Amino acid sequence: MPVLFKHVQVKHKMNQAVDRSKRKFLIAATSAVGGVAVAGVAVPFVASMMPSARAKAAGAPVEVDISKIEPGMLLAVEWRGKPVWVVYRTKEMLDMLGKHDDRLADPNSDQPQQPDYCKNPTRSIKPEYLVAVGICTHLGCSPTYRREIGAGDMGADWPGGFFCPCHGSAFDLAARVFKGVPAPVNLVIPPHQFVSDSMLLVGLDSGAIKAQRGVDK
Amino acid sequence: MTALQKLLGWVDDRFPLTATWKTHLSEYYAPKNFNFWYFFGSLALLVLVLQIVTGIFLTMNYKPDAALAFASVEYIMRDVDWGWLIRYMHSTGASMFFVVVYLHMFRGLMYGSYRKPRELIWIFGVLIYLALMAEAFLGYLLPWGQMSFWGAQVIVNLFAAVPFIGEDLSIWIRGDYVISDATLNRFFAFHVIALPLVLIALVAVHLVALHEVGSNNPDGVEIKKKKDPVSHIPLDGIPFHPYYTVKDIVGVIVFLMVFTAIVFFAPEMGGYFLEANNFVPADPLKTPAHIAPLWYFTPFYAILRAVPPLFGSQFPGVMAMGLSIVVLFFLPWLDRSKVKSIRYRGPIYKVALALFIVSFVGLGYLGLLPSTPIATIFAQVFSVIYFLFFLLMPWYTAIDKTKPEPERVTG
Amino acid sequence: MKRFKTILFMLLAAPVAALAAGGHSVPLDKAPVNVSDQESLQRGARIFVNYCLNCHAAGYMRYSRLQDLGLTEDQIKDNLMFAAEKPGQTMDVSMPRADGKAWFGATPPDLSVIARSRSADWLYTYLRSFYRDESRPTGWNNRVFDKVGMPHVMWDLQGELVPRYSKEGEHEVIERLELAKPGSVSLAQYDAMVGDLVNYLVWMGEPAQNQRKQLGLIVLAFLAVFFVVAYYLKKEFWKDIH
Repeated sequence: MPVLFKHVQVKHKMNQAVDRSKRKFLIAATSAVGGVAVAGVAVPFVASMMPSARAKAAGAPVEVDISKIEPGMLLAVEWRGKPVWVVYRTKEMLDMLGKHDDRLADPNSDQPQQPDYCKNPTRSIKPEYLVAVGICTHLGCSPTYRREIGAGDMGADWPGGFFCPCHGSAFDLAARVFKGVPAPVNLVIPPHQFVSDSMLLVGLDSGAIKAQRGVDK
Repeated sequence: MTALQKLLGWVDDRFPLTATWKTHLSEYYAPKNFNFWYFFGSLALLVLVLQIVTGIFLTMNYKPDAALAFASVEYIMRDVDWGWLIRYMHSTGASMFFVVVYLHMFRGLMYGSYRKPRELIWIFGVLIYLALMAEAFLGYLLPWGQMSFWGAQVIVNLFAAVPFIGEDLSIWIRGDYVISDATLNRFFAFHVIALPLVLIALVAVHLVALHEVGSNNPDGVEIKKKKDPVSHIPLDGIPFHPYYTVKDIVGVIVFLMVFTAIVFFAPEMGGYFLEANNFVPADPLKTPAHIAPLWYFTPFYAILRAVPPLFGSQFPGVMAMGLSIVVLFFLPWLDRSKVKSIRYRGPIYKVALALFIVSFVGLGYLGLLPSTPIATIFAQVFSVIYFLFFLLMPWYTAIDKTKPEPERVTG
Repeated sequence: MKRFKTILFMLLAAPVAALAAGGHSVPLDKAPVNVSDQESLQRGARIFVNYCLNCHAAGYMRYSRLQDLGLTEDQIKDNLMFAAEKPGQTMDVSMPRADGKAWFGATPPDLSVIARSRSADWLYTYLRSFYRDESRPTGWNNRVFDKVGMPHVMWDLQGELVPRYSKEGEHEVIERLELAKPGSVSLAQYDAMVGDLVNYLVWMGEPAQNQRKQLGLIVLAFLAVFFVVAYYLKKEFWKDIH
């Protein structure tokens, strides 16, 4: 940058000219090493702002015992500070799922609100168990569980699902959002897997656990 | 004209950017004979920036609550990615700040950098030193270890020694009857915001005052007295940029090598930078067997303990400790020598300065130890020498046999 | 003023108090610390979890961090976690604080950073210096920490030591400790176990220490290179000055 050195008053030894190219090289070399130094120093500071071990531990996957859930019941657990619902859907509830796609905004789960293995008509791994994050995708209230098909205040054609009292958004029993409500997308399905028939693990895909267990198995 | 030059022109029409660059860097003429002792000013500025940056990141995770503080420091050390490094940089930086500042002040003593017309630079400097001591003292309470708590307890109790208002004064400072959560919270506020702002302001005026009159040099010769008749540039002056910028970069790297060696290999420094007893959480019911301040305060602590109580009051000791720092402000007027630099002073000053350094270091050492009768006698002798260095200075600097100062710098 | 005078008195009486605590009159043995020896640290971790965590906590230490010692999460869960469920949890103690104070006279302190406050040598000597003393509530005393409230937790391993006195002026002092009843391991084996335990305590006091030293070498090497480049830059520019 020539502008930096315009005003240098340089005193020379009698017969020694200033070696400009050597100076340029040394300035470039020092700047390059200095740049590496600045980057190296910046890394720890920037990285320190990532979630700490305590945050990661608090956000760790949660084991849920599903053996005691009655058919049609909803069990709520906490994961990463959020409510997660596990609903044991009856055959009657599952039968209702295919019959109202025209009233849904995203019946085929095209929006990325679920893991790949839940991009299916029941939005789940096992058809009976819905695992969904109980936070309305409009402005974050927690909807209420309205399982009764044709419930009085919901209308005769209510297929069962979830209703958010804050601004009236509605979701079906696969947590898919209805058209014409404030919420734009389906409820989030978190990563999860079935460790056994009675144990659900919320927060970790089965693929991820294989990677974590790693080579020593 | 390139785009960059056009942009620069636009800014310069509205803000003295290039003018400031010229006045303070590329056309600020500093003596060409700066030696090793002249690195410590820029290093002090570096450590200030380091402390502020590491301090900001520590504040992201530290909790200024008596019940949570100690745990939050261990949280930083273990759970926050790279937290251990940020913490060690801050604790090492605190001690290195004083190493650098003491060497910087010693340069001033040696070369007469406080003499006319630089008295105000020196006064701002002593104010920086005071602010720095306050900043370090306040910061040391924050980890809430045994030494944090009891060190603060002892020092705040010194204010209780002030006659008449002492007890109320110390309660007001603490916000409570003992060092407590209230004290911790306000010390945090002062340490993180109030004093850093004061320090930055003082450093700014310190540098403005310096640039107003120009730097001194190891020969104590005023380079502005001999200027080139055409350009009016001091004959012995060289532009700060690029010559002292490239030289200071080397100084910074050497400093960082020392700093790095400590941070990565000896952050506790044998208990001098991080005290062992401070890894025990503060316990108001258990006084440690031995309470000592950190090493940089020990000279003044030794002076405090050396003065015996008068009428049951420790106030004389507190006064002596205070005066030992206040006396520094008067240095520019105590020194009556015809020359500035130690290079041209006579034997009396050299002996006096040597005695002063020995006493200061000796007091520092004694301040680390528990009080014993023999240690107290030594501390009293050293304290007397410390004060006499200043109080007798108008006399011995006037009668000292000096050598003639050169006209031009000698290198 | 009164409080200040009390503090001042305590400061001046400090040397006397130091002697009474009896901390430093016993010479300390050198602890065989080597925080790079992962096997020793693993053995130490096992001893710590089995013998210490019943009464002491290490509340700043997460079980999952033990992976730094070369253990897998499953190994940690199966062998080292008795009082916790998730590896991310910290090594808390099940004994309530109030009970600890009532039973032992003082709450057993948290051990997360005990090696940084007491020092490895002190811990190594302390854990090997318990002796039988019928006058104490637990039946045990300690040469390094007189009238300590902690019992000799590992007596089944070391066995029982008894003091042998000698006369020093008017007082009787303990000259050495002798094995009266052997434990399940030899004294040399016990010393090795305590060495592992202390090694673990040193590591637990600062789990990042190995990475710290490794990184330090890299940073110093980098700065050496930086120094060379910057030095030549300075020398080149300063050719201008007479």
